Amino acid sequence: MKNYIQDIERALYDVRDEDKSVYKSDAGLTEEIIRDISKRKNDPPWMLEFRLKSLEVYNKLALPTWGPDISALNMDEIVTYVKPNAKQVDDWSQVPDEIKRTFDRLGIPDAEKKSLAGVGAQYDSEVVYHSIQKRLTDLGVVYTDMEKALIEHEDIVKEYFMTLVPPKDHKFAALHGAVWSGGSFVYVPAGVDVKIPLQSYFRLNAAGAGQFEHTLIIVEPGAKLHFIEGCSAPKYNVTNLHAGCVELFVKEGARLRYSTIENWSRNMMNLNTKRALVEQGGLIEWVSGSFGSRVSMLYPCSVLHGEGARAEFTGVTFAGHGQNLDTGAIVVHAAPKTSANINTRTISKSGGAATYRSAVKVTRNAPFAKCSVNCESLMLDNESRSDTLPVMDIEGDEADIGHEAKIGRISEEAVFYLMARGISEEEARAMIVRGFVEPIAKELPLEYAVEMNNLINLELEGQL
Amino acid sequence: MLEINNLHVSAGDKEILRGLSLHVGKGEVHVILGPNGSGKSTLMNVILGHPKYQITGGEIFFDGEDLTTLKTFERARRGIFLSFQNPEEIPGITVENMLRTAKQSITGDKVKVLAFHKELLALMKELQIAPEYASRYMNVGFSGGEKKRNEILQLLTLKPKLALLDETDSGLDVDAVEIVSRGVAKFHNADNSCIIITHNAQILKHLPVNRAHIFLNGRIVISGGSELVNAVAEHGYAPFEATL
Repeated sequence: MKNYIQDIERALYDVRDEDKSVYKSDAGLTEEIIRDISKRKNDPPWMLEFRLKSLEVYNKLALPTWGPDISALNMDEIVTYVKPNAKQVDDWSQVPDEIKRTFDRLGIPDAEKKSLAGVGAQYDSEVVYHSIQKRLTDLGVVYTDMEKALIEHEDIVKEYFMTLVPPKDHKFAALHGAVWSGGSFVYVPAGVDVKIPLQSYFRLNAAGAGQFEHTLIIVEPGAKLHFIEGCSAPKYNVTNLHAGCVELFVKEGARLRYSTIENWSRNMMNLNTKRALVEQGGLIEWVSGSFGSRVSMLYPCSVLHGEGARAEFTGVTFAGHGQNLDTGAIVVHAAPKTSANINTRTISKSGGAATYRSAVKVTRNAPFAKCSVNCESLMLDNESRSDTLPVMDIEGDEADIGHEAKIGRISEEAVFYLMARGISEEEARAMIVRGFVEPIAKELPLEYAVEMNNLINLELEGQL
Repeated sequence: MLEINNLHVSAGDKEILRGLSLHVGKGEVHVILGPNGSGKSTLMNVILGHPKYQITGGEIFFDGEDLTTLKTFERARRGIFLSFQNPEEIPGITVENMLRTAKQSITGDKVKVLAFHKELLALMKELQIAPEYASRYMNVGFSGGEKKRNEILQLLTLKPKLALLDETDSGLDVDAVEIVSRGVAKFHNADNSCIIITHNAQILKHLPVNRAHIFLNGRIVISGGSELVNAVAEHGYAPFEATL
């Protein structure tokens, strides 16, 4: 069977449709804008309150002083909300042609054909396409967009929304709280095993528009879910900001696998906050690929809150020319016998900078914590940069912590070995790079693994 | 098939091969003997164009074509194979994937995945390599003996015209040498040639040796028949050094 994403070209991501949005808020962030957004979204009063409080926090907080340079970001120029020219539909044929063309190029209907359980696709700031299989609904599983969830499941949203990532966490979390729009909501009742992965795509289109989608997933005790999120955005020449927020609640004995590939266009500032709270015996598995964007700061965090809770983090980052990708993971061991594995690969080329940054904290309440960190970096030339910044803060007794870091270049002897078997130099280097990320690729859903390989091949073209 | 005339090779400032000549005809098996550091491995690597070495004089022809203008992979595609003395470990690339890609590169034809898989497993069985090694990463975590058998597996899969075996038998126990020896014998026929670097006559047990050459200080000091192999086994290189 041919994979739909096999023949994707880079240009696909760089096509920009004419901006036909019906409404754009004024550039810059004011109370009026927030009230306006809230009104247009039909927020309940508490949500308006929440947005306004977040705005206050936002105005008080400073930009982070560590990590990559984000001074190119001018918040006054960013139109925070763009409403696409389409209403929510659950039938592909009703999606406007223009939007459909964009999605066609991304292969979304094919993904649907591949019997994915549900597809939610975000075009600019609003979910325009959404479907879910009936049997999921019969199981009591809720998979919808955040706006709808706010109406139909208000109590649940109110109980969890931005409790794990509070607005005061950092400036972009506060911004998110003030202007969030769109995103996915998943609720899996206790004991339900959702056997097919749920999948959602995000895409940015309007120039200068930020995207602030919120993902809220609650997996009740003993339940199981695999959620896949794919992101890509067309190229544009105004600095774009992505400040999404992902909150994952994994209850007692539940399992959640959260896979994502982010392939933002090269002008994007990707400042995303992702966090999971894992209760007793629960498991969170992160699979994370970061390719695009101009700057990324992304450190998915696992809070191991219940005894024996576990986290697995598998990540790959590829930084090319003009990119500064600062990625990694955070694990907080907050209960006894919690364990975590962090396994990452980063690649930098053509002057790109890739930083692996992680924090492992073992609190006093977490005796017998176990954590192993393995991060490897590959630099493809002399102009690229790679840094490894692992931080460990261990207070709990009897902790078993391991850390292994490697930074290196492609082995010329390995290239010679492959060439001695008749393989061209270009292919030999590509094989070695693909081999380097193979431990990550095999964790990805098939079409994403194929996409990642294609991206690597595209990135390596003209390398020699 | 292979013609090397008055070859001079340096690595950096150091001259390693000093006027070496060697002619290997179709169907022939040549053995190269010599102490460590005499330039044997350098010769093998230079035939395949390793970037570490510079040719400062002389010529190398393969089937009448000047090899020195070709890239390493082009030389491999012309039919030259090297069984490495220390095979590289390549994480993330499985033995099967690598060999299939290599086969495709050399033949220029699309390899049928299933047929190739069957053929590979049959060869692995003959070389007593466990089938799960097909999906293991190239040489990663392999023992010394497993790496060498893996080289012979590649030799038998890629079927070159000229096989260069660089101490394929060293570090192997008696049984493993026997397996490797049979593997090379299976490969060899009237249409292909072998150059074998060895310290040990056992690998030659199943092969007809046409010529043996003694290497000293970057050149061949004496050539003869397989009797030279036995002479070295008995007396070492001292008698040959004395004649210089």
